[in-house]
Amino acid sequence: MNYTIDHLAQLEAEAIYVLRETAAQFENPALLFSGGKDSIVMAWLARKAFWPAKLPFPLVHIDTGHNFEETMTYRDSFVENMGARLIVGSVQASIDAGRVREETGPDASRNMLQTVTLLDTVEKHQYDAALGGGRRDEEKARAKERFFSARDEFGQWDPKNQRPELWNIFNGRKHHGEHFRVFPLSNWTEMDIWMYIQREEIELPNLYFSHKRKVIKRGNSFLAECEYVAPQAGEVVEEKVVRFRTIGDATCTGAVESEADTLDKIIQEVATARQTERGTRADDQRSETAMEDRKKEGYF
Amino acid sequence: MDLLRFTTAGSVDDGKSTLIGRLLYDSKNTFEDQMAAVEASSKKRGDENINLALLTDGLKAEREQGITIDVAYRYFATPRRKFIIADTPGHIQYTRNMVTGASTANLAIILIDARHGVIEQTCRHSFIASLLRIQHVVIAVNKMDLVDHSEEAYHKIVDQFKEFSSRLRNIVDVSFIPISALHGDNVVDKSDKMPWYQGPSLLYHLETVYIGSDRNHVDARFPVQWVIRPHSDEYHDFRGYAGRVASGVFKPGDDIVVQPSGFTSKIKAIYSDEKEIDEAFSPMSVAIRLEDEIDISRGDLIAKPNNPPEATQDIEAMICWFSADAPLAVRGKYVLRHTTNEVKAMVKEVKYKMNINNLHKNVDDLTFQLNDIGRISLRTSKPIAADSYQNNRATGSFVLIDEQTNQTVAAGMIL
Repeated sequence: MNYTIDHLAQLEAEAIYVLRETAAQFENPALLFSGGKDSIVMAWLARKAFWPAKLPFPLVHIDTGHNFEETMTYRDSFVENMGARLIVGSVQASIDAGRVREETGPDASRNMLQTVTLLDTVEKHQYDAALGGGRRDEEKARAKERFFSARDEFGQWDPKNQRPELWNIFNGRKHHGEHFRVFPLSNWTEMDIWMYIQREEIELPNLYFSHKRKVIKRGNSFLAECEYVAPQAGEVVEEKVVRFRTIGDATCTGAVESEADTLDKIIQEVATARQTERGTRADDQRSETAMEDRKKEGYF
Repeated sequence: MDLLRFTTAGSVDDGKSTLIGRLLYDSKNTFEDQMAAVEASSKKRGDENINLALLTDGLKAEREQGITIDVAYRYFATPRRKFIIADTPGHIQYTRNMVTGASTANLAIILIDARHGVIEQTCRHSFIASLLRIQHVVIAVNKMDLVDHSEEAYHKIVDQFKEFSSRLRNIVDVSFIPISALHGDNVVDKSDKMPWYQGPSLLYHLETVYIGSDRNHVDARFPVQWVIRPHSDEYHDFRGYAGRVASGVFKPGDDIVVQPSGFTSKIKAIYSDEKEIDEAFSPMSVAIRLEDEIDISRGDLIAKPNNPPEATQDIEAMICWFSADAPLAVRGKYVLRHTTNEVKAMVKEVKYKMNINNLHKNVDDLTFQLNDIGRISLRTSKPIAADSYQNNRATGSFVLIDEQTNQTVAAGMIL
């Protein structure tokens, strides 16, 4: 007999194991759901992990208010299909309450503000574990992340003081007021995610597929022209055939020119890509340590 | 596609980061924006060429101090295999990190500087690989360019290592490869500078080394993680035991025994991917239903009556101490986490500490400080269903947790 399973099945089994550990070790976990492909895959795996029971935790969306409309439509139908509970943490509400100040200036983004809303949401609902779709291949600070990542009572990450993680034994013990971030997709790469989406025939927001869109070239990427992104002096709005490799806040998530309108073509494109996936994320390019600094503050 | 997890070990300046950078770069697993950043950093540091080691650079603190402070995981793939690298720092005080990285690895690459040969740290790294039962080891003799690609220098090191490694018991498969990570010789492509070397390049070896027999498919072990009870009309009486098969094979109809209670039953059905399946084996995550309603909860272990694990309260183990804050307390109480089970454990006795630089046992100084490795006896508050680590990595391993700080303070391997 050949008792082997391929690498996607191994990654799937590992992620399901981590999701079940999270449900078992914490009183009140939540799954952070952005409507991006990684959180979609994570939620998909969560359904498998607990089937035929419903998810033992809600989906939490940290809403910057600067969303692509397609993401919101997708989110609502996805949540309904899953039969899951949805909790929304609103950055706009944090701004209105004076918890954060909106950035001003041409490159203003609400990306940084999400951290406060996230931590407030965690505190309000007393979540003791937040499942995130972060992957270690995304960014160098994430390469150092654990499956079970302890956060202090301020929600901060201390990369020098992480719990060693051996075999598949996870230590989720914590003091009152502390919480954990849990990353079931730690060992997945961008390619794995796409291959899995194809294998499982998971429906995605159409932003991921090539389409015509009015965009503004800024730096290395094309930002979608919308209510929140207007051309600055010297910039022009042009129509391009583009798709998004990641989906986040509309003000900082850039599109790439692409003809890939099917999963097969996307996988082909990912296989030959010469830029990293987050190369179009303006939030990562603010400085060389942008992700490390945000993570220490309590970002995803 | 197949998956290989490996770890890299070497002392500072053995060229470990350069080797990983070279593997990523020459196997075309790097991106333009990454290379642009590395090129800019190289220039800033005044490096003559593009410094591939910078591809593995992580945190700000590390770049400032030029060190690696923690285990980082890297990913790359070739058409043959997907690889996960646990990149662990070589610095002397980071035994803990290498133990962590080694715990999930199928293979370890141990770097030796061709100019220095087998040194204390080689001994340390090999011992850890053996202790953690990494079955495949590659000795990469690096910086061959600095010894004029000399066959003699290489063979001297091979002989040195063989003599020393005869004392390590768990390593079943050792390969030797002369390389130059800096220039890329024998890393991805075979080098023409060492025609006397007939073996494969490092990458080819990683792509083809046979790991199919590494998993234990003999002893059936299923630690229960979570009990699935839908309470829905459709699945009214459904009670599924969810978990990941640690070893062995389970099929519907199999007789089972639950440890530590000793209750017996039969497997009614096994579920994966929202449907019934014919068999489950390691490392699959599944849910199992039994014929009888018996009391089973998280931490219990489902096995087969012909070879169940021993349910015991007395544990003999090798441990590696992880805490910098406090030494291991004899008679001290810790939380012991074994598979999905958690019990209390008291340290009954410290038998010896291992000098891992020369493999001598030390019975005079029995204080376990950070990074110390040795043998202890534990007594648990309740029986645990344990195997020896030698036979079963999943059911033979545990961690100790300090109840006050909640920190993981030790990794243990049951003897």
